[in-house]
Amino acid sequence: MFAYIIKRLLYAIPIALSVTVVSFVLVYLAPGDPLNAIAPADAPEEVIVALKSAYGLDKPVPVQYGLWLLRAVQGDLGTSIASGRAVTAEVLSAVSNTLLLAGMAALGGVLIGCILGALAGYRHGTWIDRVATVVSVIGVSIPHYWLGLVLTIVFSIWLPWFPAMGAGPGGSSEWLWDVEHLRHLVLPALTLSVIPMGIITRTVRALVADMLEQEFVAALRARGLSAIAIFRHIAKNTAPTVLAVAGLQIGYLMGGSILVETVFAWPGTGFLLNTAIFQRDIPLLQGTILVLCMFFVVLNLLVDILQPLIDPRMGRG
Amino acid sequence: MSASLELSLPAAAVAAQAPSRSYWLVVWRQLRHDPMALAAGLVLLIIIGAAVFAPWLAPADPFKASMIKRLLPIGSPGFLLGTDELGRDMLSRLMHGGRLSLLMGVVPVLAAFGIGTAIGLFAGYVGGKVNMVIMRVLDVFYAFPSVLLAVAISGALGPGMSNSLLALTLVFVPQVVRVAESVTTQVRQLDYIEAARMSGASAFSIIRVHVLGNVLGPVFVYATGLLSVSMILASGLSFLGLGVKPPEPEWGLMLNTLRSAIYVNPWIAALPGALIFITSIAFNLLADSVRSAMDIRR
Repeated sequence: MFAYIIKRLLYAIPIALSVTVVSFVLVYLAPGDPLNAIAPADAPEEVIVALKSAYGLDKPVPVQYGLWLLRAVQGDLGTSIASGRAVTAEVLSAVSNTLLLAGMAALGGVLIGCILGALAGYRHGTWIDRVATVVSVIGVSIPHYWLGLVLTIVFSIWLPWFPAMGAGPGGSSEWLWDVEHLRHLVLPALTLSVIPMGIITRTVRALVADMLEQEFVAALRARGLSAIAIFRHIAKNTAPTVLAVAGLQIGYLMGGSILVETVFAWPGTGFLLNTAIFQRDIPLLQGTILVLCMFFVVLNLLVDILQPLIDPRMGRG
Repeated sequence: MSASLELSLPAAAVAAQAPSRSYWLVVWRQLRHDPMALAAGLVLLIIIGAAVFAPWLAPADPFKASMIKRLLPIGSPGFLLGTDELGRDMLSRLMHGGRLSLLMGVVPVLAAFGIGTAIGLFAGYVGGKVNMVIMRVLDVFYAFPSVLLAVAISGALGPGMSNSLLALTLVFVPQVVRVAESVTTQVRQLDYIEAARMSGASAFSIIRVHVLGNVLGPVFVYATGLLSVSMILASGLSFLGLGVKPPEPEWGLMLNTLRSAIYVNPWIAALPGALIFITSIAFNLLADSVRSAMDIRR
C-alpha cells in the first residue's frame, strides 16, 4: 500500500513538470509581442529595452522558463502586465471562487446522479429508468452555457427568485457564507451540476444493474439478507468506481466552469482567463493555467490514492 | 467434391461467416431498424440540409441589418423567427450559422480521427520504447481538463476560426491515439500478424491489410461520440469570443451577442443555443446507436 502511494507520487512528478512546461510554452505560440499590452506603439527603443529586462523578456526562453519555475515553486507567479498586481494573489482568489462553484456543482450533481442511477439500476426498464436515461443524455449533450442562459431567463427574469450576475451583492468578489451570497451561487452551481449529474447517473445505473446480476447478490438473497443489507454490499462495491469518476468530474468542472462563469459574471478563473487572453496578459495567463492544471493533477493523484483505501483489492494488484 | 463439401457445411458456420464478410452492411441494416438512430439521423439531416443549402433556402440576407426592426418577436410578419439585436432575420442567420457551427464541430473530429489513428497505429505497431515515449508525451495532455486545454490553446494563439479548429484538434488527438494505440497493441500480438510478418509482408502492408480493419471500428465509435463534445466546445469557444468573429453568423457567437437581449426578448436569445443542444443530442443518440450496432461483431 505504502509502496503504491510512493510509486503514484513519483509518477505525478514528471506529469506536473510537463504541465509547467506546457503552461509556460503555450503562450509563446502566439504571434505578436507581449509588450504590446503595456508599451505604447511609438515607445522609444530604450523604453522597450528597459521594459523587456524588467519583465525578464530579454533572456532566452529556456532561461525564462527556469527562472519562472523557480519563482513559481516559491509561490511567485510574477506580476500581471495589465493590472500590475501580483498574479499569485489574483489567481488564488479566483481559484477559491471557482473551487466553490465547481465543488457545489459536483456535490449536487454526484448526489442526485447516485440516487437517480441507483434507482434506475434497481428498477430496470421502468419509468424511473427512462428518466435516468434522459437525464444522462441531456447531461452530456447540453451546452451548459446555454442552460445557464435559460435558467437566468426562467429563475431570474420571469420568476425573480435568484440574482443572475456576480457572486454577491454589489458585485463583491469576496465570498461570505450568508443567504445573499448563497442565492448568487444557486443558478451557476445548478447549471454546472448538470454535467456530473448525467455522467454519474449513467455510471451508477450501469454499475448497479450489472452488480444485481452477480452471483454474490443471489447468494446474499438466498441467505435471507434484507434488501437494505444487500444494498450496503452493492454500495460498497460501486463506491470505488463512482469515486474515480466523481473525482475526475470536479477537475473537469474547474475547466468547464470557464463558460458558465462568463454567463453569470462569476468572479472565478474563467473571468481571469478571459481578461488574460483578451488583454494578452501573459504572466496572468500562464499563472491561471498552471494553477488550474496543478489542481487537476493533484485531484487525479488523490483519486488514485483514495481508491485502494476504500477497495483493498486494488492495493494488492 | 467441392459442391458436396459446401452442402454439408453446418448452417451455423455459414451464419457466422456472413456478417464478417459484410460487416458494415450488417451495421447499416441494424441502424436502419433502430428508431432512435433513424430519428437522430433525420434531425441531423434536416439541420445539415438547412445549413448546406442556406444560401438558396434562407428567406433573407443574414447580414442585412435594420435599426428599426431590432428584436422583433418570433412569428413577426416577414420574420418567421424574429430578428436579432441588429434587426437581422433570425431564421436566415440560424440557417447560415449552422454552416460554421457544424464545420467547426465536425472538422476537428475528422482531423483528430485521421491524425490520431495514424499516430496510434504507429505507436502501437512499433511498440517498445518509441510507444512509451509517445504515450507519455500524450499523458501530459490528459493532465489538462479538455475545456481548459481548448480555451488555453486558442486563447494563446489568439482569437480566430482556424486557431480554434487547431485547438480542438489538439484536444481530441491524444484521446483518439489512446484508443487506436490500445487496439493496435492487442492486435499486433495475434498469431496471424506474426504469420504475415514471417511470410515477408512489409510493415506497411500488414498495418493496411490486417491491423487497420481492426482499429478503425473502435476508433470510429469513439470519434462519433466526440462529435457532440466538439460541437459544444466549438460553439463555446465562439461564445467566449475566441472562435468565429462578428458579423459572421455562428450559433455560439450569436448566443453571446444576443445575451443582452434576454431582458427584451428571451426566446430569440435562447434560439441559437437550442440548435446547438438539438444537434448535440442528435449526435449523441446516433453515436449510442452506432456503438450498439457495431457491437454485434462476434
